[in-house]
Formats: sequence, C-alpha cells, structure tokens
Amino acid sequence: MNLDRKKFLKVLGVTGLSLAVGKESTGAPNEAPVEFKGILYDSTRCAGCQTCETVCAEVNGLPVPTETIETGVIRNTDDQHRTVVNSFKTSKGDAFLKKQCMHCNEPACAAACLTQAMYKTKEGPVVWNGDKCMGCRYCMVSCPFDIPRFEYHSANPKIEKCNMCYARLGEGQKPACVENCPAEALMFGTRRELIREARKRIVENPDQYFDHIYGENEAGGTGYLYLSAVPFEELGLKPLQKESYPSLSKGFLYSVPSVFVLWPAILLGIREATKNNNSNIIENE
Amino acid sequence: MSNKEFIVAKDNDGKSILKFLIGELKPRGKFLTPFNIISFPVMIIGLFLIIIRFWKGLGAVSNVTQDIPWGLWKGFNVVTGVAFAGGAFVVTFMVYILNIHKYHSIVRITVLNGFLAYMFYAGALILDLGRPWHIINPLIGNSFGTSSVLFLIAWHFMLYMVAQLIEFSPAIAEWLGAKRMRKVLSGMTVATVIFGITLSTLHQSGLGALYLMAKDKIHPLWYSEFIPITFFVSSIFAGLSMVIFEGSISRRVFFNLISEDNYRSHDDIVIGLSKICSVTMFAYFFLQVLVFVHGQRWEYLNTPMGYWYLTEMLGFVLLPMLLFLFSYKNRNIGLVKVAAFITMIGIILNRLNVSIIGYRWDAAVRYIPSWMELIVTFAVIFTQIWIFRWVVNRLPVLRESPSWVNEQNN
Repeated sequence: MNLDRKKFLKVLGVTGLSLAVGKESTGAPNEAPVEFKGILYDSTRCAGCQTCETVCAEVNGLPVPTETIETGVIRNTDDQHRTVVNSFKTSKGDAFLKKQCMHCNEPACAAACLTQAMYKTKEGPVVWNGDKCMGCRYCMVSCPFDIPRFEYHSANPKIEKCNMCYARLGEGQKPACVENCPAEALMFGTRRELIREARKRIVENPDQYFDHIYGENEAGGTGYLYLSAVPFEELGLKPLQKESYPSLSKGFLYSVPSVFVLWPAILLGIREATKNNNSNIIENE
Repeated sequence: MSNKEFIVAKDNDGKSILKFLIGELKPRGKFLTPFNIISFPVMIIGLFLIIIRFWKGLGAVSNVTQDIPWGLWKGFNVVTGVAFAGGAFVVTFMVYILNIHKYHSIVRITVLNGFLAYMFYAGALILDLGRPWHIINPLIGNSFGTSSVLFLIAWHFMLYMVAQLIEFSPAIAEWLGAKRMRKVLSGMTVATVIFGITLSTLHQSGLGALYLMAKDKIHPLWYSEFIPITFFVSSIFAGLSMVIFEGSISRRVFFNLISEDNYRSHDDIVIGLSKICSVTMFAYFFLQVLVFVHGQRWEYLNTPMGYWYLTEMLGFVLLPMLLFLFSYKNRNIGLVKVAAFITMIGIILNRLNVSIIGYRWDAAVRYIPSWMELIVTFAVIFTQIWIFRWVVNRLPVLRESPSWVNEQNN
C-alpha cells in the first residue's frame, strides 16, 4: 500500500512536471523569445507639429492632411487619417494627444474577426489582411478605442488603421512617425523597455508627470503607451477595464461545446419521456 | 415521355415534372391587390438601390458612420429578424420534443416562415458586407476565426437553414408527388429538429453575445453580461408573437386553403401560445429586473435614456405580458393579437436599443437610417412575403397533404 502510494505520487509528480514545463521544453530552445514591440508617446514632449500625421499619410499613400490643430476641436481618425493629434485644455494648460491604433496585447478587433483578417503579429503590431476580410465591420463594433475605419465610398473598401508600419519593421526600420518626430515624443522599442523608460521618466520628474502609464494595464495592456502631465480623462481617454476585451465573450464561447453535447441528449430524453402522451397519433411529419 | 424516371408526379395528372414546374411558376389570383401595388414599386426601387450600393460603395446608400458601423440592415434585418424567426424552434420543440400534437398544424407554416426569414436576413447581411466576395472565407479551412462570436453565427445560420429546409422538405416532396423521397425526408425530421433547436439556442443567444465586447459603447441600461440569455429568452416570445400575428393574417388571406378542422383548432392554438408567451415574458421581465438591480442602475433611470428604458420594459414587456395572461384566462382571441402586436414592437425596440439607439448613444454624430436604407429593408421583407405567398399557394403548407401521405404513415 505504502509502496503503491509512493509510486503513485512519483508518477503524479512526473506527469505534473511535464505538464507544467512540457510546452516550453518541447519548443525549440535556440529560438530567442520574441517580445512585443510598442511605441511610447510622451504627451509632455509633443509640440503638436503634425509631422507624424504628414509622414504617416505619405508612407501609407493617403492624402496629406491640411487641417491644423485647434484647441478644443476634436479631430478623429477616419479612412484617410490613420493618426491625428488633438489639443486639449487641461488643468496644466494646453496639452496634445496623438490618437491611433493602440495595438492591444489581446486585441478585441482580432478576436472579433471571423476570417482572421485582423490579427496580432508576433512582433506586436495588429495588422489587417485584405485577402481575407469580408467587410463585416465587427472589428469596428468591438474595438474599445474606435480605431478600425472603413472606406464607405468605395466598391472595394478597405479597413484603414495604423499598422505600426509593419512593412518597415520587417526591413529593420522604425515606424515612420517615430523616426520623424522632431520633439522625440515618440519612442520605439519592446514593450518591456518602454514601460521601464516610462517609469524612469515618472520617477525622475515626478512634478512633470501624472503618475500613470496609460496602456500598461488598460484593455489588458496595449502596445502603444501614453505618458501625460494630467489625468488621462482630461485628454479625452476614458478609463477602461483592466481585463482584455476578448475576455468578455470568452464565457459565452466556452459554453458552446457543452451546449452542443448536452442539448441533443436532453432533448432526446424529453422526447422519449413525453412520448406516451399521445402514442396513437402519428409522429413523423 | 419515354423516360419513366421523369414521370414522378402521378398525382399531378401524370404531367412531366418540367411541365408541372413551369405551370406552377405562373402567378395565381389577382395581380392588382393593394399589397402588390405597394410592394412592387418598393422592390423595384430596392433593387435599383442595391445596384448603386455595390457600384458606388456602402456610403452611397447607407448613413452608417465610422463610429456606428452597423445600421438598419444589421440591427433590424439580422438582429431583429432572426428573433422573429425564433418561432420555428419553439414550435418544433413543442411538437416533436414535448409531443404536444395540438400545435402540429402550424409546424409547416412556421418552419417555412423561419426558413425564408433566415434566407433573406442572411441575404441582407451580404448587402451589408463591404467585401462580400470573401464571404466564403469563414467557411473554408484556412481562415477560421474561431474566437469570434460572428464566426459561430455565420456557421449556425448556414447549418440552421439546411436543417429547416430538411424539416420543410416533406412538403416539397408531397407537392412533387415524390412518395419515396417523402418517406426518406420525413424520417429525418426528428434528428434535424433536435439539431435545429440546439443551433437556435446558440445563435439566438449568440446575436446578443456579439455585443459583449462593445461594453463601453452600449448604454449601461442595455448592456450586461447576460445579454446572451435575455436575447435567447426573448426570442421565444418574439417568435411566438410572430406566429400569432402571421397566423391571424394567413387566416384571412389564405382562408380557402385552410381545412375546416384546422380553422376551428386555430383558436385553441392561439390561446395555448398566449399562455406560453406570458410565462416566458414573465421570466424575461424578472431577469431584466434582476440585471437592473444587480447592476445598481438606479442612477440612470432619471435620464432621457432611463425613461426610454422604462417605456420598453413597462409598456412593451410588462403590459403585453399581462394582456397575454388576461386573454388566456378569458379566451379573448382579439386581445391575444393585440398583445402579440405590442410584443413585436417591444422586440424591435429592444433589439434596436442594443444595436443602434443605445449603441454609442454618446456619439457626436447620431446614426439615423437614410430613406434608401429603409426602402431596401422593406424590399427585402416584401420579397420574402412574395415568396412565402407563392409557396403557401402551391405547396401543402396550410392545406391538407395529398391523400397518399396518410397511407404512407399507416
């Protein structure tokens, strides 16, 4: 009995261990782990020069924006503007905020996409594949930041949104907005480095910054991270839940297989149980 | 006809199947009825607008915006229309699972109504797709977006249409006089009914689950993690109200097709349905109250959206529930119809409140459907009614099955 128990525990331990580490140990050990890349936007450094808007349009073949920034007038991203900079009246004077795709760690748009046209790359950017998209616009409904935009006036419409210059990243370059920002308000790097850098800035200049990194936990963590001098609500950013948005529909999706197994069995059972109610009446019709 | 294979329609005076079908295609009855005079131009203009929509893009016809990407075609045709088509799974549940044979005479017309509703509302979905030529992508293997609720709904729509077609197919076989085919097809009924109810449970609730990720965009009075359940429960009485409504119209329009027995049993069926409606509506109302209290939403009540919420809950859920109950106790058929009508408006309100009115209620630019969207919506509904009428006039849907069916069953 004792021996058996010992043996049993041993087997249990080995099984548990291999279950716990099995995934890592079977993977290729030589491959360096890829970390999500992201961009840190420091609102206190942004001068509102709109260079990012201009280069973004040039790189992506969109019309170069001509509108200028006006405090209090909110411009929005649309099918011709993948990024916009707005100016807000805040408790510490006028401040700018750049808006574009946040490149969530667990993007709602990608979870919503029924063709996997929208997906999170292993490098970090969330990108759109026109060969798969059927234009249902469920990504637009699901995105908590209202980012994916649709070309309503085209017979072959595309979804427009920032893709962190995914093609440029492949060539070893930085995203166009980061590379051309004259005020160095944008910084490109792995998400881990960026959070460290953001913390450092807050610690070194506690008077200059509001003590919060927007995007560190919002919506389950985002690839774009924001620093600001004032609470983020003053810059038009709503407080969002800490859990990722796809987690909201997880419960429903997990219940689907059980319903598929249980329902037919239950229905058949009820049918058999009620069969004798009117056994003389014809059944199949 | 030298080939005996083609002479399947013995009951149709031995005509060949081709001649028979061509004969059946011809319109019957008067053409210049008030319904035709209204619906025909709408369908023609609708067709014209659909051509513009595919030629110039969605924005040429529809008022949907970047912030509110789903308009009337999704919020009304799909989300609301499918709730109304829920009658099919409820009635087949009662007849084939609970073995309540009282409702047998309305199975076919309900299933036909459900099938056509799905066909046309899934069709309306195609109108709304920006890149419809990729519609096959979620169905072929390389692009399964299994984490998407919409993926589930797309598959369920397709499978459920097949299930409903099989459920209805004995009527087609009877129409064609295909005796052996009818026997095979009617043998599949119970299996497809069970499959169909399972699918309906999941996609009726799935239409609500679509909006789970839009947590910050839907007004808190209409958003809760229980949307899938409230959508499912309300689809039961939405579908049955549609059955009552459609039945009261069919009785007038197709009175010459309905046998005397069925004509007489109709009142009994309506009374029975009104009881089921009142019970499920009570469950639904109770659930909504729980969600409201549990979510501590008192602060929203004294706002314009709060009054709108109370209108929906009291005027279009509680009131028709009491009317159903009252008319069931007093066997008042007229009142049941009134209650069914109010319930249907309530369902439209509820689905639109989630999908359009309460969706981004704070947006700078509100979405109001264009007249062109409305015309297309009505064109879709009218086309469905035209086909429905065509089928009911020819197939044994309301009328009795041919005599050989009884021999087959015995």
